Amino acid sequence: MMESTFLSYLPYCVAGFPLLGFVINTLVALLWAKNQKPGSEALVKLVGCLFPILAFILSLICFSILRNSPEGMVISPPALFRWIDTALLTVDFRFMIDPLTATMMLVVTGVGSLIHIYATGYMHGDQGFARFYAYLNLFLFFMLLLIMGNNLLVLFVGWEGVGLCSYLLIGFWFTDEEKAKCGKKAFIVNRIGDFGFLLGIFLVMHTFLSQSQSSDLNFLDYSFIAQHKDLFLSEATLIALCFFAGAAGKSAQIPLYVWLPDAMAGPTPVSALIHAATMVTAGIFMIARLYFLYELAPVALQVVAIIGLLTALMAASIALTQTDIKKVLAYSTVSQLGYMFLALGVGAPQAAIFHVVTHAFFKACLFLCAGSVIYALHHQQDIRHMGGLFKKIPVTSLAFLVSTIAIAGIPPLAGFFSKDEILFHTFTHAPRIFYIVGFLVSGLTSFYMFRLFTLVFLGKYRGHLEPHYLPLAMDAPIAILAVLALVGGFIGVPEVLGGTNRISHWLAFLSTEIHGEEVAHHGTELILMGISSAWALITAFMAFSLYLKNPEWTKTLKEKCQQLYNLVSRKYYVDEIYDGIFVRPLVWLSHKFFWKGMDEAIIDGVMVHGFADISLVASRIISRFQSGFLGHYVVFFVLGLIGIMFYLAVG
Amino acid sequence: MITVQHFLALSVILFGLGVLGLVIRKNLLIIFMCIELMLNASNLALVAMARHFGKMDGHVIAFFVMAIAASEAALGLAIVVTLFRSRKTIRTSDWRILRG
Repeated sequence: MMESTFLSYLPYCVAGFPLLGFVINTLVALLWAKNQKPGSEALVKLVGCLFPILAFILSLICFSILRNSPEGMVISPPALFRWIDTALLTVDFRFMIDPLTATMMLVVTGVGSLIHIYATGYMHGDQGFARFYAYLNLFLFFMLLLIMGNNLLVLFVGWEGVGLCSYLLIGFWFTDEEKAKCGKKAFIVNRIGDFGFLLGIFLVMHTFLSQSQSSDLNFLDYSFIAQHKDLFLSEATLIALCFFAGAAGKSAQIPLYVWLPDAMAGPTPVSALIHAATMVTAGIFMIARLYFLYELAPVALQVVAIIGLLTALMAASIALTQTDIKKVLAYSTVSQLGYMFLALGVGAPQAAIFHVVTHAFFKACLFLCAGSVIYALHHQQDIRHMGGLFKKIPVTSLAFLVSTIAIAGIPPLAGFFSKDEILFHTFTHAPRIFYIVGFLVSGLTSFYMFRLFTLVFLGKYRGHLEPHYLPLAMDAPIAILAVLALVGGFIGVPEVLGGTNRISHWLAFLSTEIHGEEVAHHGTELILMGISSAWALITAFMAFSLYLKNPEWTKTLKEKCQQLYNLVSRKYYVDEIYDGIFVRPLVWLSHKFFWKGMDEAIIDGVMVHGFADISLVASRIISRFQSGFLGHYVVFFVLGLIGIMFYLAVG
Repeated sequence: MITVQHFLALSVILFGLGVLGLVIRKNLLIIFMCIELMLNASNLALVAMARHFGKMDGHVIAFFVMAIAASEAALGLAIVVTLFRSRKTIRTSDWRILRG
């Protein structure tokens, strides 16, 4: 479908540009480190922002090519090189762009570019400015690898790469040991999930190698798996669960969600880009990508839905009590990711991806606003020391308000359409309790977001320092994202409201389910929409009146339910439980057994020092014979001689 | 009548005296002479056996041993002189640098 050979390699350029940016910025960072002082930020800014923007433009081109080609077409560029070539398996380093990839590409490069621009203001003057942009560009490269690869291995490389960048960026200020620890936590928790992911890949290979007679060895390609999915009928549940373990790690679901709130130790643009808009949605992307496998495994889908729902509920309840502006947003992210898994679990990958897109807009905007607030208040993150910022930083406040309304699901902003589609699917395709919990969580979402908004922007300012002036480089991306949060939902206006639900049709290929039956539910859909909008408005109003008008009520409430409040505000003691069950025994085992026992006692004691001691003692004994007296040597010589002669005579 | 056994016995006695001297004496010159004694003991045995068997091999080797003993004596004495010059002693018990 591509005319010239040059153009056919275009998709590789999309990922290539950020990689180029990474290389240049790394060189600059090394140069700065060599000179022991930062140089001019201008080049870093230019390189760091230009290449993501170029990647965005190329993504737009790819998108429009795909949009104008007949339905079911996929941009499949020639392989860049053959990566693995063995008798059992061949893997090409190859990209593929289908509507799902194109959607994700636009989100990643678009939101990514905006956050890159924002960071020029936020990170201004930081010692590691060039290093920061190097990591950020590298992240973009790996993320694009993750979404654009046409087989599981390229996906896996991107998957590990974004994990690495996440680790590097959470611990960006690594001189602070607490922050470095948060980075480690994220990395280690993700490893647990990645182990499941790897097992999934191995299971796919095993299934093919044991059953397939085909001579085609490209069996890690998505298209290949999709064509031969009947081979997986018996293994599908196990494989799907293994992949879900990976997704739960990357996308912060129960039981592996604990790293995401701690990931807020990184610079705020990183939280916006990696830990809200893009990387954490990789798990949703992966399951949507392999949805044909999940459709064979209803049990796995049930698990996905239940885990998603529980995570959404748990995280939303924790978000109610947090006092750190970024922590509230982090738990909100976990909760929204739970919604996306719920959507996947109830058979609506389109709705999940739709929510990924809208969530990227409003959550990135919220995080950038939080970044602006933190920047303006001289790195104050505690919302108890904020308040009344609406007049002081109006652009940020307005954007925050728009995004809050969007995430709360109040029509007609972005979050309303995507969340409502998920809830509608849950209503029609899952047990009623799923819908009830989902509905409850949407109220909680609205409540904690308006609580946050009220505490930060309304009322009286409770801090001491005069807010900073915010540069245009920070305000502009926020404004753009706010506009996207305002109108982003219109790509998926459901038919009942006179739209055509374009994104759902665009991604229809993801699932085999026929969408005709929805027509029958139009009346129900309208009623549900009405109820959930009203519910969001009511809870928003509750938060508003509780925290602005009657703050003493919150205190009374807190005292009345002291135990419950403690339980929730301490995050259900999950970190403590994990610490007790996994971390401490493991540390104990490493310390007492592997270090003191194995390493020090056996390897060092017995092996290294033991052999040294034996040879020392032996040599002491033997060296006695070397008396230095000539006569003694002669005696031994003669004794030896006699011995030899005796031996010769007898033998 | 003096038989070859008598010569061999004398040779053994001389060799034994040489070894004994080597082991118990401390003076380097004496040790040196003990070595010469051992060499001569072996010469005696060689010549006696050569006579006994009526062959010339033993005589030839005895001459070789004498030649080597002469050159060895020259070298050895030179070493002893040098050692004495540098250390002012030729008592072997004063040198224990080989002690382990």
